[in-house]
Amino acid sequence: MSILIDRNSRVMTQGITGKTGQFHTRMCREYANGQSCFVAGVNPRKPGEDFEGIPVFATVREAKQQTGANVSVIYVPPAFAAAAIDEAVEAELDLVICITEGIPVRDMIRTRFAMQGKRTRLIGPNCPGIITPDEIKIGIMPGYIHKKGRIGVVSRSGTLTYEAVAQLMELGLGQSTCIGIGGDPVNGLKHRDVLQLFNEDDETDAVLMVGEIGGSDEEDCARWVKDNMQKPVVGFIAGVTAPPGKRMGHAGAIISGGKGTALEKLEVMESCGIKITRNPAEMGKLLQSVL
Amino acid sequence: MKIHEYQAKEILRSFGVITPQGMACFNADEAVAAAEKMGGDTWVVKAQIYAGGRGKGGGVKIARSLEDVRQLAGAMLNMRLITHQTGPEGQPVHRLFIEEGVPIGKEYYVGMVVDRRQQRVCLMASSEGGMDIEQVAAATPEKIHKIYINPMTGLQADEAQDMAQKIGIPEFCWPQVAALMQALYQAFDATDASLLEINPLALTTSNQVIALDAKMNFDDNALFRHPEITALRDLDEEDPVEVEASKHDLSYIALDGNIGCLVNGAGLAMATMDIIKLYGGNPANFLDVGGGATTEKVTEAFKLMLRNPKLQAILVNIFGGIMKCDVIAQGVVTAAREVKLAVPLVVRLEGTNVDIGKQILADSGLTIISADNMADAAMKVVTAARAHSTGVTNH
Repeated sequence: MSILIDRNSRVMTQGITGKTGQFHTRMCREYANGQSCFVAGVNPRKPGEDFEGIPVFATVREAKQQTGANVSVIYVPPAFAAAAIDEAVEAELDLVICITEGIPVRDMIRTRFAMQGKRTRLIGPNCPGIITPDEIKIGIMPGYIHKKGRIGVVSRSGTLTYEAVAQLMELGLGQSTCIGIGGDPVNGLKHRDVLQLFNEDDETDAVLMVGEIGGSDEEDCARWVKDNMQKPVVGFIAGVTAPPGKRMGHAGAIISGGKGTALEKLEVMESCGIKITRNPAEMGKLLQSVL
Repeated sequence: MKIHEYQAKEILRSFGVITPQGMACFNADEAVAAAEKMGGDTWVVKAQIYAGGRGKGGGVKIARSLEDVRQLAGAMLNMRLITHQTGPEGQPVHRLFIEEGVPIGKEYYVGMVVDRRQQRVCLMASSEGGMDIEQVAAATPEKIHKIYINPMTGLQADEAQDMAQKIGIPEFCWPQVAALMQALYQAFDATDASLLEINPLALTTSNQVIALDAKMNFDDNALFRHPEITALRDLDEEDPVEVEASKHDLSYIALDGNIGCLVNGAGLAMATMDIIKLYGGNPANFLDVGGGATTEKVTEAFKLMLRNPKLQAILVNIFGGIMKCDVIAQGVVTAAREVKLAVPLVVRLEGTNVDIGKQILADSGLTIISADNMADAAMKVVTAARAHSTGVTNH
């Protein structure tokens, strides 16, 4: 099963003609079933061309009609990325993964508003993407560090997720699906949404959630876990040492008005029955301890 | 990005918000000339720094004569203003804002932020103006009222009027306050603001609604479409090392410890700081070299960390995904040679081409302490920093 994507997903790349789009489309295509999964590209100025055999269409709608693609991954530059999401939503794709970092918040507020009541789910922006190991990878994570298994991983960051995965792998624990939901303040799927999906997935046994300072997603998720989750969840929050009022790299990683601290999140998570560690080197071990 | 009060007021005035008249000044003579030009018999001398809490720190004073203006302005321009937001070392005052005095009847609070949970701009208002709003929120949350604004329609007149009523504005002023709130939202939206605060919003004794203070922050991601706002940036207000870092597209934040960290990725960079602390050390900085670090970028990163006189050791923690470990190892070796590194260097590499990367470090002839994982790296760097600082003291 896995969540959101599997070998049957059909993916288009929005921004396939740019350097980043090309590089990562190539890498994703080389991973597992990528050859049959990555079927289309979109660039309004280059319809009719192809990228290494992948046809390029003028619009998302056309790419969907011609190839049956139901998922899109976006590498479009920040000034145009929200419009790219809007286009995918209007074309009623199942899932959009926006890798682009640096999209203005104002654009994302409008995009998220327009997504209300629509069928499309959004991962990101400013995220590494999503991978169902040994089946399909959509995004910029290194594929080879993963292996198929029964642990779900959800995180707001990129390399810290790879770190978590490496720790799991050291203990022989493969993953059902790993999702980076992104480091922006206004985004698509939240920790809570992803945990809900993992809860319903019969190929996931336990979940590792990795959070960071800023906002209250992790707390919202923890409260949901307390009332609904039937599988063990463990967690780590980055930024115990982060000073207030400073943006720690990610647009959304900021303690503002004393809110969104790592300690506050850890406390709420613990009180909701999520086992936590304050040591980022022990995420894997902690997960193993609840199996 | 932040701007000064006087700049925020200029923006707000262009959207129809009423503020006292005022002029920005850089010395006492200019301050006196400004007061003279505005006329009247009461002026407010306000230190222009980005940090809040200026009033309590002595950065806002009333002058009742031109001589007062001269004295207060002179004194303020020579001070390091310390507020709860500046830290104990304070912030030097380089600019002043001289405003006409306004007879205040009652003070209110109006603010706007992006609410992450609702994914909309939130208008907050309160009858408790002129106070620290975070304290009001903690002590009497029922006194803060909120509206989440529909991004397609903007703030509606009836919503704004309803808000004016809730915070206890006298009825005859509702339309005036509602119009002001709508203007604030227009300004917020049009400039890609991330925060806007009017604290206090004053009702004068002559029943005029006026923004006595103004604070605006902007979304860094949107500055590309606002050159007029980018131009307002005051580099005196920012940490020079952070300014230098941003020129090289590095994300750097100074902390008060002695162990420098160079990491790829924001989450891993925070986790690296955390684990240093956990193992008894103190991180000197947050530094994310990003996904596409080149040798030049790594060298710049080393130079930034080495500006810190307290630095006793450096930890490089890289999880190479797209970024290959051999590339980063080469960058580290080149950088360490170029800066003639004199503090211990611990390097932890993981990911793509890790073996080649480790070989490059081993073959470099440099004294590099290699670590196998995050815990190992943290322990080694904490030990190395301690040994190095003891060694330095003994000399």
